[in-house]
Amino acid sequence: MPIDAKERLGVPPHPMPEQDPKERTKNVLEVPLGYDAETAMAEARRCLQCKTPFCMEGCPVGIDIPAFLQAVEDGDFREGIRIIKEKNLLPAVCGRVCPQETQCQLECTVGKVRKDPTKAVMIGKLERFLADWEREQGEMDVPELPEPTGKSAAVVGGGPAGLTVAGDLIKRGHAVTVFEAFHKAGGVLVYGIPEFRLPKEIVRKEVEYLQKLGVEFRYNYVVGKTITIEEILQEYDSVFVGTGAGLPKFLRIPGQNHLGVYSANEYLTRANLMKAYDFPESDTPVIRGKRVMTVGGGNVAMDCARTALRLGAEESIVAYRRAEEQMPARVEEIHHAREEGVNFHLLNNPTRIIGDDKGWVKEVELISMELGEPDSSGRRRPIPIEGSEHTMEVDVVIIAIGNSPNPLVPETYHDLETTTWGGIIVDETTGQTSVQGVFAGGDIVLGAATVILAMGHGRRAARAMDIWLKTGKWADLPELTRGQIEKEREEQ
Amino acid sequence: MHTITGKEQLGPDIHRYVVDAPRIARMRKPGQFVIIRICEEGERIPLTIADADPEEGTITLVVQAVGKTTRQMAMMEAGDHIRDVTGPLGKPTHIDKFGTVLCVGGGIGNAPLYPITKALQEKGNHIVSILGARTKDLFILEEEMASVSDRVVIATDDGSYGMKGLVTDAIEKVVKEDGVEADLCVAIGPPVMMKFVCLLTRELGIPTIVSLNPIMVDGTGMCGGCRVSVDGKIKFACVDGPEFDGHQVDFDELMARLRTYAPHEQEAMDRHEEACRALAGEEE
Repeated sequence: MPIDAKERLGVPPHPMPEQDPKERTKNVLEVPLGYDAETAMAEARRCLQCKTPFCMEGCPVGIDIPAFLQAVEDGDFREGIRIIKEKNLLPAVCGRVCPQETQCQLECTVGKVRKDPTKAVMIGKLERFLADWEREQGEMDVPELPEPTGKSAAVVGGGPAGLTVAGDLIKRGHAVTVFEAFHKAGGVLVYGIPEFRLPKEIVRKEVEYLQKLGVEFRYNYVVGKTITIEEILQEYDSVFVGTGAGLPKFLRIPGQNHLGVYSANEYLTRANLMKAYDFPESDTPVIRGKRVMTVGGGNVAMDCARTALRLGAEESIVAYRRAEEQMPARVEEIHHAREEGVNFHLLNNPTRIIGDDKGWVKEVELISMELGEPDSSGRRRPIPIEGSEHTMEVDVVIIAIGNSPNPLVPETYHDLETTTWGGIIVDETTGQTSVQGVFAGGDIVLGAATVILAMGHGRRAARAMDIWLKTGKWADLPELTRGQIEKEREEQ
Repeated sequence: MHTITGKEQLGPDIHRYVVDAPRIARMRKPGQFVIIRICEEGERIPLTIADADPEEGTITLVVQAVGKTTRQMAMMEAGDHIRDVTGPLGKPTHIDKFGTVLCVGGGIGNAPLYPITKALQEKGNHIVSILGARTKDLFILEEEMASVSDRVVIATDDGSYGMKGLVTDAIEKVVKEDGVEADLCVAIGPPVMMKFVCLLTRELGIPTIVSLNPIMVDGTGMCGGCRVSVDGKIKFACVDGPEFDGHQVDFDELMARLRTYAPHEQEAMDRHEEACRALAGEEE
């Protein structure tokens, strides 16, 4: 039964049911529970099917959003997931961890008409619904692959960027091998993002799907150490470096090496990849503090603060030097953290971590801040308020203030040009590095960014790598790639 | 999967394993280490590579059973498999012609010290090895070390073998009494030993390299768990090390940080022993 735009606009958004905040901090299960088919179809009916779909402009990988929403509305879920997968190989992941509210949903006309972006069509939740629906159907469809081109690509790092490149290139008929440093593929999806936000089973299935397509995974390969880029270049026709954001940043304050002080990477890797929540069933421990302070205001900080609660913390505190409006974390993550009882100690910055006589964290000294003029990031600069120092008793401190790019590949392969902060320099259109045949993307180029931006990088690089593998033209690659992008646009 | 192709007991609770790892065997250089995980639920632990045979495609690991994982490993035999072996990690030792080098090993430290000593000798250095252990039974790799040293001085805490005393006593004897003029000292052993060796060599004016063994998770610079203070700055042992200028290392902090999981280690070990007892009971 067709309905008109006015009617569509009148339908309120369907929030996704969630685990009760009190209950969920006692388990590591996913917080949002998913839509049933009926709710998904009702939510999809809110899409106005705009002639100019602004939502698509907000999508870093250019998914045909109105088309997949129409398919959901029609109840044709198989078609819906097919449309998404044309552009996005990891919809179950992106539907969960993409910041849709600042991308597709920010541009959504429904949200704009209602003058409230939170009232936009729940595009991300519907993407997740389709991906979950497909997974629940059992066997995932394996598309027919083209004749092998006889060309090969090595992907260094099995994170979001690398997995995207692997999927895109295997679908274009090239042989692909992923070199992964850990014993599991997924990168930040498995070591960083917690189970309650992204069940690891989903990542495992996505990796399994790539394996089914013919991608070969080599685990425990630390490129630069176990194998060099030079060796890879002798064996493969091209290389994609997606080694991610490696080195955790620490604050420049005294006491950071006290016992019980973690980087977010270490805390989350222990808790997620190494399953410390299951200690002693699993062998890797983590200090389960009673009062845990996380320093930082991004998604990773929210992940740490919420993980602390699940590891039994009586109080989980987030200390952030600016105000809530400046927090880089997604609104949804802040909301979830607050619902679960995380305390926000905003406009406060640690100045010293104080230990006991055995070196264990005992207290953190902080100084209160006020906001001044905007800085280079456009956010108002926090200025310390003199004499506002105060201490808080805590037994675990987690530093979640970001990472620098992983140094292993640039350090062991000097031909690659890098920025002063250690990122690999690439051509924006193609991901080409300074070395012929070598491409790069994701956090090793961007610094610490998001899963979807890394995937966008992977997508662009894969397109250029495909042209490089087919033509062998390196210098002309940016131009050829731009031509290809133009062609793809016209085809739509 | 990596097959254990050989296992040999070197001392009480100390075993030498030869492990199938062709690529690592080919790539590794003295001073580097691997991270292993013995089973699916296992933890990742760093182990220094004691030797390698690129032709056979094997590496040698020397492991002292001190925690749950290393005790589990002590129960493994030739033919068993190690789930994951990652490496070679860390920066290799800077091998050069320095002149006279004191190679100081304490206990299990002789294992990582051996390949470094070997490389230093091949480079033409005069090697004086000073090897210590608590007691004679705990002494390992003496023959191997002797084969790559020009002189070996042995010390045990209880005097059951060699001179009675600590390695620092032996260093003092060699330098002050025998008049050995050392251009470099490489010291590997328990942190407390390295600390006191460094205090002494600083006084004696001998530049000293130490190899550190902090707690690690990924070993690729990602987690920062292995951070140590060197000259007041944060360094990551897995990517910046594991070797550092011993005179700049904050050993007290390292020793404190190594105790972080002591209660967890005890809990894991108690459970392990209980499981072993239960298993032994069933077999009877």
